[in-house]
Parts: sequence; structure tokens; C-alpha cells
Amino acid sequence: MTDAIGSFLDATIRTATPLALAALGETVVERAGMINIGLEGTIIAGAFGAVVAAALLGVAAAFATAVAAGILTAVVLAVFIVSLRADQIVAGTALTLLALGVTGLLYRTTFGTTGVALTIPTAGSVSIPVLSSIPVVGRALFAQPLPTYVVYVTVPALAWWLARTHGGLSLRAVGENPSAAVAAGVSPDRVRWLALVFGGALGGLSGGTLVIAQVGTFAEGMSAGRGFIAIAIVALGRWSPVGVAVAAMLFGAASALQFVFQSLGWTLPYQLFLALPYLLTLAALAGVAGRHAPPAALGRR
Amino acid sequence: MADSAQRVARRLARVLVAGLALLGAVAVLVTLLSIVNGYDPLRAIDALWRGSLGSRYALLSATLVRATPLILTGLSVTLAFTAGVMNIGAEGQLLAGATATTAVAAIAGSPRWLTVPLALAAGGLAGAAWAFVPAWLRRRFGVLEVISTIMMNFVALYLVGYLVRGPLQEPLRIYPQSAALPDTARLPILIGGTRLHLGFAIAIAAAAALWWGLRFTAAGFRVRVAGGSPDAARSAASIDVGRTAMRAFLLSGFLAGLAGAIEVTGVTYSLYENLSPGYGYTAIAVALVGSLNPILTTLSGMLFGALEAGASAMQRDAGVPSVLATVVEASVILLLIGFGAARVPISRWRSSRAALRGRGERAVVQDAL
Repeated sequence: MTDAIGSFLDATIRTATPLALAALGETVVERAGMINIGLEGTIIAGAFGAVVAAALLGVAAAFATAVAAGILTAVVLAVFIVSLRADQIVAGTALTLLALGVTGLLYRTTFGTTGVALTIPTAGSVSIPVLSSIPVVGRALFAQPLPTYVVYVTVPALAWWLARTHGGLSLRAVGENPSAAVAAGVSPDRVRWLALVFGGALGGLSGGTLVIAQVGTFAEGMSAGRGFIAIAIVALGRWSPVGVAVAAMLFGAASALQFVFQSLGWTLPYQLFLALPYLLTLAALAGVAGRHAPPAALGRR
Repeated sequence: MADSAQRVARRLARVLVAGLALLGAVAVLVTLLSIVNGYDPLRAIDALWRGSLGSRYALLSATLVRATPLILTGLSVTLAFTAGVMNIGAEGQLLAGATATTAVAAIAGSPRWLTVPLALAAGGLAGAAWAFVPAWLRRRFGVLEVISTIMMNFVALYLVGYLVRGPLQEPLRIYPQSAALPDTARLPILIGGTRLHLGFAIAIAAAAALWWGLRFTAAGFRVRVAGGSPDAARSAASIDVGRTAMRAFLLSGFLAGLAGAIEVTGVTYSLYENLSPGYGYTAIAVALVGSLNPILTTLSGMLFGALEAGASAMQRDAGVPSVLATVVEASVILLLIGFGAARVPISRWRSSRAALRGRGERAVVQDAL
């Protein structure tokens, strides 16, 4: 039984890691008053960057390339929605299409349309001494691939930065009331650019995590809606880093349920489990909305 | 009068420019790809032309057939965006429509004149029902429809995945698809010897009806004002913005559902997961290039139909991946919105919603300080 709990928790953390990374980045973006509907594109770009770099250079370069690819998509979006004042929703949707298209095109022209399984070196788990030997939960929490620890560090750091630093205050001011920010000598455009770049870096890392720490290969559209789920997680986590991390865990747990059900021998259609995170998001949004408002300037030009 | 004629001419010019931009983008991309991968660019562009507009058969059987779902989903997006509803869910609504149509067609054994309208109506209503969930969540709880419609797209995809391996699977239970539709549930072919079906005429009629409705009826006026300036609509014209948006949302879902119904009864004759190669997402580009005008959206749908039909031919005959079309579509959207050619009623739901939640100036100032 403790084994079952341990492996359930392990699957939860594993699934939650890429979601949490992307959602933490998106939290910063949304606190600056924007919504990156193109996050799905950012993740797929990160995944593609990671697979190419991993095949050519190795695991460390793969993580760096994933981050760089994510930033690249964020820069494209920033040019359009910050500098050119284009509509965020439409630009973000186009970014997703663009990234899915470009990665698909590059993948097919480079590795062939038949999709020969391309396997790459993956990053193993890193066990933290002492902590990982805690009974039941130890291995699940502290014997994970590197990106999971990035989440552990980012959550408190981001919470502190948003609440306690001048930079965090400027970011929130831009998200709530850009004109007040201007009056205080903050440039909203500059803040929004930086927020998008940060969100792009974490989104790219999220895609890289999928490839290097989980799947070990690339498939077209392998982001499979995680970008959209991450956006929902941000709302569910009420735009706070800790809340977002908890919400990501909840989604990880919902996905991990299918392994539990399989091991119990319950035969439910597997599509139900695939659809579960999306249904959960809808229910959660309905429950959360109205009780806690998003940043006041969210989505406005 | 002269003024409006001028405006129409200007918009028409914009669609033509967008068309040229599409062709230019394709040519540039194909040439670049050819340099990298050694395709023959002339052969690729030749295949693109012959597969889309180069012959009467290609035009009628490929381009216009491919354009039909794009026109209908494009109209769906046009209506929603005009009403200030950011419906990104045409894809899911299309799948819901296709599913309901397949189910109804499988049961109905009646004559064609009865089965076809029943099946199409079922598809449209299923699309509206699929849109009802995000529409209701928006109205009741203030849930952003951008996120909820995308969630509904995934739910629809997995629902179809389950149905074609379960209750709706073909009798031999080998392939993940429904049984082929009976002849009585198939749309008649418009021009003998081609694949052009009645659905194309329905799409054109829907465009004309939507154009007329938006322009000349009180309901259309309400939709335009509610989407264009909700505050003015509320105070000056006493329009119930929430209800107007809700109705437009449902009708938008109906149009997308109808696109799915027509795709099943006119083209695929069966339901399966990859029924739509992202029509619901391409629809956004179609509507924007059509500057949210139903008539121009129809032209724009044909343009994108030609692009996608040509891209398929290019993959078949010259080995250039057809996903190229997606890249071109995304580039066109970005260029149009980035350089102000396409004006989207900015996501105005924000301002009214913040007020709705009682997050007033005081809270904003507190946060800012």
C-alpha cells in the first residue's frame, strides 16, 4: 500500500513538473497584465529545441536550448502584443499555430515524414541525500529529474519577489493599473517585455522537461494542450506562485489517477482520464471565478 | 452611399492583398525549404497551383470542398468576435456537430429529404450545445471563454476518440471510426463529375444570411453595438449586453456545428478523430483576413481553401510537408493584426468584468501603492 501511495505521488510530481514550470512563468506574465495564449507554442518550441540539442550536444545543452527556444517565441509575442499593440488573444493563438507548424515542418524535413523514432539521452533522477530516504514520500518528492527542483526553488523565490521587492511591486502595478505605474516612473512596456521573456524561459524549460526528463523523443504536437492547461492552472492557483504550484499538483494527481485505476483493474475508457484535466479546469474555473479577481488590466492593450 | 461603396472597395482590396501575401509567403517558404532540403521549388509551386486553382476539377473538387468548413467556421468566428466573444472553440463545436450528425444519420432510415435536414439540424444544435457550456460559464461565473472554449475542444476530441472505439464504432470493430453513412444521409452533389456538394451552397447561404442579419436587423445591431462598445450599448441603447453576447455565442456554435455536420455528410461520410485538420483554428485567420465581414469571410475562406488544397497536392506530388500551410496561416494572422490591417474588437470583456466583480478604483490603488 505504501508502495502504491509512493508511486502515485511520484507520478503526480512527474506530471505536475512541466505544468508547474509553464504555469509559474505564465503567472508572472499575467501579473503584468497580459495573457500568453501562445504558451502552447512556447512549450512545443522548447521541446523541439531540446530534442535537437540533445541529439547533437547532450543533456545540459538541451535544457539551455529549450529555454532559448521558449524565449524566442516570447520575443515574437512581445513584438506583436507589447510593441505593436496587437490583440493578445489573437496573437497568442497565431503564435501557437506558428510554433506547431514550424516545429512540425522542421521535424518532418529534418527527420523525415515517416517519423523514425528518434531517441535521445534523457536526464536521470537526482536523489537528494537524507530527504529522499524519508519513508513513503521521500523518493517521490526528492528523487526526481532536475526540473522538479527548479520548481521547488522557483515557487518561494517568486512568491518573495512578487510580494517583497521593488521589481515585484512594479510588475504588479503594471498589471493592475498601468497609468499608476507610469506615474511612479515605471515603463509598462519594459516590464511587460521582461515578464514575457521570463514566461518564455520557463515555458521553454517546460517543453524541454517533457522531452529530456520524460518522453525521450519528439512528436509533432506533443505539448498536447499543456500550455492551455497551464493557463487554467494560473487562474485556479489565483495568480499566486504557491497557489499555482498546488493547482499544478492537483492536475498531476488527476492524470496519475489513471495509473491507480489501471492497477486496481478498473476498466474505464482511457479517454475519460485524458479528458479529466480539461473537465477539472472547467469546474475549477467556475468555482474560482468571481471570488478572486485576475489582475485588473489583464488582456487589455 | 458612395462612401460605403468606397469602404467595400477598400476591404475587397485588403482581401486581395492578403491573398497575394499568402501566395508570396508560400513561394518564399517553398524556396527556402528547397534550398535547405533539395526539393524542386518549381515543381512544388506547380503542384500547389494545379492542386488548387489550376483546373476546373481542382477548383470544384478540392478548393471549394475544402473551403466549405472554413467558410462556416470562419462565419462562426466572425459572429463571435463581432459580439465581443472570444470563441476559440469552433474546433470542438465542429466535432460535436459531426458527432451528433453521425449518430442521427445512423438511426434515421427515412427518405433523404427528411434525413439530411434532420442530420444537419442535429449537428448545428450540438455545436450550439457545446458552445452553451462556455457561454453559460461566462455569463454565470465570469469564466474567460478563451480558456473554457479551448478546454471544450480537448473534451470534444477525447469524446470522439471514445465514441469511435465504443458506441459509434463500425460494425466490424477494427477501425477507430463510425460506420459509413447510409446514402440517404449523404448530401447531394451539386455538379456531376465533381465532389462539390450541397454544403457549399449552404455555406454561401449562411454567409448571406449572416451579412443581412448583422447589417439590417435589430438583433444584428445589438450584436454589433454590444461587441463594439458595451458601455454605450448598456447606457445609451439599453441593450442587455450579457444576453446578446450569449445568443451570439450560441449561434456561433451552431455555425461551427453545422460545419461539422456538413463535413460528415458531404465529404468523409464517417466520423473519426482526425476529421478536422484544425478548421476551427484556421477559422480565426479566415475571419481576420475577411475583416469580420461575412461576405469577405466567404472569399477569405475560399482563399484558405485553395491554400490548403494546394498544400496537400504539394505534399503528394513534390514531397513538401503540408504543415507548411499552418505556418503560412499563422504568419498571415500575425502580419494582419501586427500592422493594423485587421481590427479585432479588443478583448473588452475585461473592463466590464472587473467592474462586475466590484474590484473598484480603491483596490487598484491599494495594489499599485
